[in-house]
Amino acid sequence: MNSARLSFDLVVVGAGPGGLAAASVAAERGGSVALLDNSPWLGGQIWRGEQARSAVPLARQWIERFLASGARAVMQASVFASPDRGVLLAETPAARLTVRFKKLILATGARELFLPFPGWTLPGVVGPGGLQAMVKAGWPVAGRRVVVAGSGPLLVAVADGLRRYGARIPLIAEQAPQLRLARFAAGLWRYPDKLAQAVAMKARLLGIPYRAGVWLRRAEGGERVERVVLTDGRRSWTVECDLLACGWNLVPNTELPRLLGCALASGFVRVDEFQRSSVEGVFCVGELTGIAGADAALVQGQIAGLAAVGETEAAREWFAERSRWHRFGAALTRAFALRPELRQLAKRETVVCRCEDVSREAVERCRDAREAKLHTRCGMGPCQGRICGAATQFLFGWESDSIRPPVFPVRMESLLTASEHPKPVSNLSDPTS
Amino acid sequence: MSAAPDIVIVGAGIVGAACARECARAGLRVLVLDRGPVGGGTTAAGMGHIVVMDDSPAQFALTAFSRRLWQELAPELPAAVEYDPCGTLWVAADEPEMAEVHRKAAFYRERGVRVEVLEGDDVAAAEPALRPGMAGGLRVVDDAVVYPPAAAQHLLESQENARRIEVRPGVTVAALNEDGGVTLADGTRVSAGVAVNAAGPWSPLLAPGLPVRKRKGHLVITDRHPGFVHHQIVELGYLKSAHAVTADSVAFNIQPRKTGQMLIGSSRQFGAEGTEINAEILDRMLRRAFEYLPGLGRLSAIRAWAGHRAATPDKLPLIGPSLASDRIWLATGHEGLGITTSLATGRLLADQVLGRAPAIPVEPYLPARLGKGDTPHA
Repeated sequence: MNSARLSFDLVVVGAGPGGLAAASVAAERGGSVALLDNSPWLGGQIWRGEQARSAVPLARQWIERFLASGARAVMQASVFASPDRGVLLAETPAARLTVRFKKLILATGARELFLPFPGWTLPGVVGPGGLQAMVKAGWPVAGRRVVVAGSGPLLVAVADGLRRYGARIPLIAEQAPQLRLARFAAGLWRYPDKLAQAVAMKARLLGIPYRAGVWLRRAEGGERVERVVLTDGRRSWTVECDLLACGWNLVPNTELPRLLGCALASGFVRVDEFQRSSVEGVFCVGELTGIAGADAALVQGQIAGLAAVGETEAAREWFAERSRWHRFGAALTRAFALRPELRQLAKRETVVCRCEDVSREAVERCRDAREAKLHTRCGMGPCQGRICGAATQFLFGWESDSIRPPVFPVRMESLLTASEHPKPVSNLSDPTS
Repeated sequence: MSAAPDIVIVGAGIVGAACARECARAGLRVLVLDRGPVGGGTTAAGMGHIVVMDDSPAQFALTAFSRRLWQELAPELPAAVEYDPCGTLWVAADEPEMAEVHRKAAFYRERGVRVEVLEGDDVAAAEPALRPGMAGGLRVVDDAVVYPPAAAQHLLESQENARRIEVRPGVTVAALNEDGGVTLADGTRVSAGVAVNAAGPWSPLLAPGLPVRKRKGHLVITDRHPGFVHHQIVELGYLKSAHAVTADSVAFNIQPRKTGQMLIGSSRQFGAEGTEINAEILDRMLRRAFEYLPGLGRLSAIRAWAGHRAATPDKLPLIGPSLASDRIWLATGHEGLGITTSLATGRLLADQVLGRAPAIPVEPYLPARLGKGDTPHA
């Protein structure tokens, strides 16, 4: 296997808005900066494909700025371990990289939250973000009926995108109650860009039924999903469909910060005013620190990038802007908070851990995530508990189990360190499993 | 459990679970306490290899007897225990190791253990993933594999005795009392006829001076690659390299799980308290494995973890009354063989507690043999 060693003053992990902004502003002020991302493209999940397409002006602006900044992009690199202070290990399709840094900014973003419900493992049931990516990559949806369900602003954006590719959208089912959404929308005037987006979106959405306060009870079908049963809490009804795109907002990808020992609070990385985590020299930005969207990530990324190169006064100039987006994030979180009824969607026999086929009944007998892992294999599969871990956190209030390298599945040979890092890889509080 | 239990066992690992099972089968009322979940300590850090070993006559006696107990138990084991009689393949890299194959084969055959000697080509045919040019190997036909946490759970829950066993996970014990009970971390006293220290690497916390030391080990598990290997394969240098009582060591040891995953060991370190992954040891352990299985490096690794074994100076466990009190008993110090020897330990402990004739001679395992442990003869 090939292996390569790289060394930079600043390493940024995650090429979404937060990471692009951080790497750009830092590189513009000199010093060697690298941006690592596990995808082949700049832009992260939210601006996926924008590097080639340039349909979103803000994405185009930041990608161009990054490319002109002098920072180096290291693409298709999955960071899976940190064997020593100041060292990351990453795997690419061709090589194992040892990346040294003086400062580190983590911008690993968020993933969709999937909650188990009867039928959620049927073919044709997909995540909205995942479906959007597949469609952008050429997967055909023209003429197909796609029910979009779950929660969060992403549902509307995805439905809108799917329709442009010719899909028919019988319904967007948003679990949040209408009253909360109305309050949220009424506050949007403070955020002109968001308001413009919302208006433009609404205009295009004319004709797509959107129901707030409605959630899934189950998906049904033989070989694949054929219909979904929805409820508003009083009555239930059935909607025929070819695909169900279902996600329940976002959960932060905290695996890497946790591996490095960054302290968390309420599931997000705790940072100070300069986006510094509890670990010296490690900054965190974007959804890792609270779900607040791309605009918040851009501002936080700039603050971290400036602070990391010692430009704290310049960083301060962004504080007011950041406060604004933090308020937006808080409003977003309040508006789309998940209703408690969703904890009852999964029945006794409903699979909770897809990798290992573990039912709710089996998982529920355990006292915590670690016991469930040991005795039911829940979370032991190749997704390493990324899906079921977030689900059991919502369903049972379980904290996630301790984290160890590799944080992504990697080739066995990538775990070799050639005795170049004779110190412990990580500090763990939890004994074994 | 309304009345006081006859016996309180500290440690719900596989050894504590096996002791609980045997005592309950004999009619005793058993309370099992553990600060964590069932099978969450050393049991979760073991490979689950059910193996006959011949490092010493006493080790052979205990492993052979215990393996027989596992074979008897096998038909009742639920699928979750993943019992797989895949056999062990000891591989000989060169002629000196091949000589060891013949010695071991003779030793086992004399004692009724089914073995097959494999020449180089036979080894290649049996395990095509091994590097070419092996001198040969020894197949120990009836060795097996289990998933240890589920096995511990089963031992505590199996129908015939479950009602006599109460398990309280998440309870920390502060002290074993000379009158047979225990004192919990919150100060509560639990009275019982006899207390058993089955706390593995943590047993000295409850028995100061006990000659049991923590010995750390690392494991890596792959994604599902069914059929990559077919036996638990262990290098024959294993005894030399991994069982050396002093230095850190690694040895090639791989196990096919029923899930199709490959579990890779092994390493041994003294003086490493934490369970963090040590990159250098992991590196050495994997390099050793890749030497034997060149294709292993391309398989997908999904988890690495580490844990501690309970090591004694003479590599034999402590099973019997402690020197501190005849109401404090020990079932600890099983090092890397605790999954194999758990069932025999449970039997021998119950035999002694109940005053029954022991199933096999217990003298080699009595704690008294090591004294108080002030001068471990390592």
